[in-house]
Amino acid sequence: MKVGIVGASGYTGGELLRLLLPHPHVEVTQVTAERNAGKFVHQVHPHLRGQTELRFVTAGVLEPCDVLFLALPHGEAQQHISHYAHLAERIIDLSADFRLNSAEIYAAAYGSPHAAPEWLPRFVYGLPELCREQLRGANYASGVGCNATATTIALWALVKAGIVTDTQPLFVDIKVGSSEGGSTPNAGSHHPVRSGIVRPFALTGHRHEAEVRQSLAECGNFDVRMAISSVEMVRGVSAAVHLSFPVGLSEKDFWKAYREAWNSEPFVRIVHDKTSLHGHPEPRLLAGTNYADVGWEYDPASGRAILLCAIDNLGKGAAGSAVQCMNLMCGFEENTGLTFGGIFP
Amino acid sequence: MSHSVECIECGASLSLPDNVMQGEILPCSDCGAELEVISLNPLTVDLAPMEMEDWGE
Repeated sequence: MKVGIVGASGYTGGELLRLLLPHPHVEVTQVTAERNAGKFVHQVHPHLRGQTELRFVTAGVLEPCDVLFLALPHGEAQQHISHYAHLAERIIDLSADFRLNSAEIYAAAYGSPHAAPEWLPRFVYGLPELCREQLRGANYASGVGCNATATTIALWALVKAGIVTDTQPLFVDIKVGSSEGGSTPNAGSHHPVRSGIVRPFALTGHRHEAEVRQSLAECGNFDVRMAISSVEMVRGVSAAVHLSFPVGLSEKDFWKAYREAWNSEPFVRIVHDKTSLHGHPEPRLLAGTNYADVGWEYDPASGRAILLCAIDNLGKGAAGSAVQCMNLMCGFEENTGLTFGGIFP
Repeated sequence: MSHSVECIECGASLSLPDNVMQGEILPCSDCGAELEVISLNPLTVDLAPMEMEDWGE
């Protein structure tokens, strides 16, 4: 099966290439990058030296393929989606352009009208843990927001079990690494400015809140509020949902809900081990993987709980989920090409 | 034939070996709780005492 990647010089494009080049059922035939056209892939993604002799081309010479990944900056895919649909039967767009199913909500979250609102209902939201059956055989899948993914997965077990309801606001403290900012440098990413920081940068009104609300909508109208800080980390998202329960729960209640939600999922692991140094989800352990680790801490005396999820923002939060979607859309084994378990230390 | 018991802490089902002994400490693979076999007949486990820093010395 022939695969192309549009916008392959960014971090998510590079992560897609790392996952797709050794994938046994696909061949990456074309990768586009306007500014890097003509360069070998390894000149931009040095870790891929020896993996491919592909060179970047401009989008204008893109040829038809079976699956087309779009890894463009937000707002660009929607401008040319009809053109891309003529080139490939299946499209997976990693940007935010087709995640929300409502043009009105999109405009409110992203501050401008959607350029192709008729395409929104054609896309399946690309989080297999919630949308697996819709993704099987689908032609179009969106990507996922990394912070949205960590938040949704942190909440899902207890929402699904009816333990977390939409009667209280959900406050989510999220710590993120520098690669969330993309590969284009800016004043805030300059090393002397960024190194060593714990920088709150989006404490209210983050765009991914709409994505989480949409994901949880079948269970209620949840009021999800994110507060995001950038920390000294390259890859990773660590989400902590703070909430209170009006009645006491037991540890076994949490275990039961988490097991029911996640035990059959190939890429979600329950990490709740009070005896271990690594007893809670940690993003560092997940770098390069498609795993999401989930856990919690609960004080039965006060009812206060913290629900946790860690992911690699470029993995489960972007390229990993996208490849998982491709596997489902094309009828491959869901975990094909995605079983790397990480490194330690 | 192996025996199964439920973790006191998290409710996981633990398989114990045939030759399990009274007093043996077994970790739960899910939550890490250390379980002590306090009886063989009936097979019963309880949370093992946590080691404290000031024990004895």
